[in-house]
Amino acid sequence: MGWFNRLKDGIQTATKFKKEAPDGLWHKCPKCAATHTVKELKENVFICPKCDYHIRIGSHDYFDIIFEGKYTELFSNLVSKDFLDFKDLKQYKDRLEASKKKTGLKDSMSVAHGKINKKSLVIAAMDFSFIGGSMGSVVGEKITRSINYCREHRIPFMIISKSGGARMMESAFSLMQMAKTSAKLSQLAKEGIPYFSFLTDPTTGGVTASYAMLGDINFAEPEALIGFAGPRVIKETIKRDLPEGFQRSEFLLDQGFLDFIVDRRNLRERLDDLLTIFSLSDAD
Amino acid sequence: MVFLEFEKPLEKLTEQLQKIIQISEEGDIDVSDKIQELENKIKSKKKEIYTNLNGWQKVQLSRHPERPYTLYYINQICKKFVELHGDRKFGDDKAIVGGIGTINGQSVVIMGHQKGLNTKLRQYRNFGMANPEGYRKALRLMKMAERFNYPVICLIDTPGAYPGIEAEERGQAEAIARNLMEMAQLKVPILCYIIGEGASGGALGIGLGDKVCMLEYTWYSVISPESCSSILWRSWDHKEEAAEALKLTSEHMLEFGLIDEIVKEPLGGAHNDPEKMSKVLKAHIKKEITALKQIPTDELIDKRIAKYEKMGQFDLLVEGE
Ligand SMILES: [Zn+2]
Repeated sequence: MGWFNRLKDGIQTATKFKKEAPDGLWHKCPKCAATHTVKELKENVFICPKCDYHIRIGSHDYFDIIFEGKYTELFSNLVSKDFLDFKDLKQYKDRLEASKKKTGLKDSMSVAHGKINKKSLVIAAMDFSFIGGSMGSVVGEKITRSINYCREHRIPFMIISKSGGARMMESAFSLMQMAKTSAKLSQLAKEGIPYFSFLTDPTTGGVTASYAMLGDINFAEPEALIGFAGPRVIKETIKRDLPEGFQRSEFLLDQGFLDFIVDRRNLRERLDDLLTIFSLSDAD
Repeated sequence: MVFLEFEKPLEKLTEQLQKIIQISEEGDIDVSDKIQELENKIKSKKKEIYTNLNGWQKVQLSRHPERPYTLYYINQICKKFVELHGDRKFGDDKAIVGGIGTINGQSVVIMGHQKGLNTKLRQYRNFGMANPEGYRKALRLMKMAERFNYPVICLIDTPGAYPGIEAEERGQAEAIARNLMEMAQLKVPILCYIIGEGASGGALGIGLGDKVCMLEYTWYSVISPESCSSILWRSWDHKEEAAEALKLTSEHMLEFGLIDEIVKEPLGGAHNDPEKMSKVLKAHIKKEITALKQIPTDELIDKRIAKYEKMGQFDLLVEGE
């Protein structure tokens, strides 16, 4: 039952589906163009039943899958502010409000404490639907508080990355979140608390160049775009086409930057294995 | 001499001065009064220009072609210096240089981004844009500093880490991330100076320290004003606005608590008097090393992490909101 009951409730469903797609609606796979109903996709954890393409989902979808719908959200009272009074074509404050309204989320990261077969895990997961999953002060602070929480209770920590990189509208504050989160992760490492970094489509920029690459275990969903510079920027710099499969999970595995790739349908089981092997004493 | 757009009023005055000096050298006419007058004029004009610079102008100054780069400072500051090459894994990056040296009888590990002095060298240095092996060389040197208990000095001046195919293949992101994590726990003092451009993760990759300072006319931001303009304004034409919006100057960074100190530059910027700038920098390094060496290692690391832990601006909702 678990996760897909929650998904059926429509409360925590990925935004894209929540607003625009009731169960009966058809969804066309971006990879193989096969059409399935949203209900069919939900029952297959949003993996295309025909070609196994992993459709992007949100933080709470992952919590539902991994914790079978039973978890406590942490630090949800942290919200971004337009400290720099940043204005490009839009005011940052207005972007934040529009994103909150559109997604029902407060920022691009949510944190949950739950269990897999009685073993505790804290997960900080990113939402691409919230300003491109960009990392600002709130993301850095949520990771920081999660790490302090994990240190206090000796619970393994996991981050699910899904981000275009640092949030430009917070300028150097967003840049410093790279330093802040990496420094905090060094404390976890020092104290022997496992940190799992799960990279999903897409993970680029300052997120990859900080916490996403620093796991004791780095693993990814199939075919996820993972890189430092985005493909467009690289293409503009070198002025030639990029090789097939460049910056995809399989490429990173081959280059030695990932420990393994996991199908979303096996995610919970794989995490169960990891937690058993690392078996820390339970917080409760 | 190269004059930037907003320095144009100085160009005329400087030309006049040079002409008069030439005349005085050719003939017996005493023009010392006139020379003095012009020199004073130049000085007050400089003051006027340099005290009213906007963000974009400071970005331009930070990229001034005559601005001193890392190796110049190292050679001015260190009595002895031996450059060390290679990351022991893949190769030697030319955009990050470093080695061991002495400053006032103190052995140090000193490194930084290096830009080229002319067209050919700029290519050789990849315009100060490092590849992963640059960050890994930097880390190798830092770990050596740790073994021998030498302070680490990092000079930062980069338009960003290099966005290329090979850089991605060899793990640009991993190299920068690893440095951040390792620098957080390094058992010796780390002293960082932005000496020119502080662009994004490429700058931060050797920029996490106990004391992070910016020279007066430098910038530090998550993205260059040009790239920011192209992404957020969807055009390259809004770099000035982007530079303002990003609040990337040393004054802003100090005000936000994201750096620890501003190091003043000579009138007209570091390139106007590189020797004086080097002396100021050397004195600053000497003072900071002396102070940081007093702090016990555990306390040093705790303070370093606590400093970064505080960085961020957010609101806390009260329950029910
Ligand atoms: Zn498909």
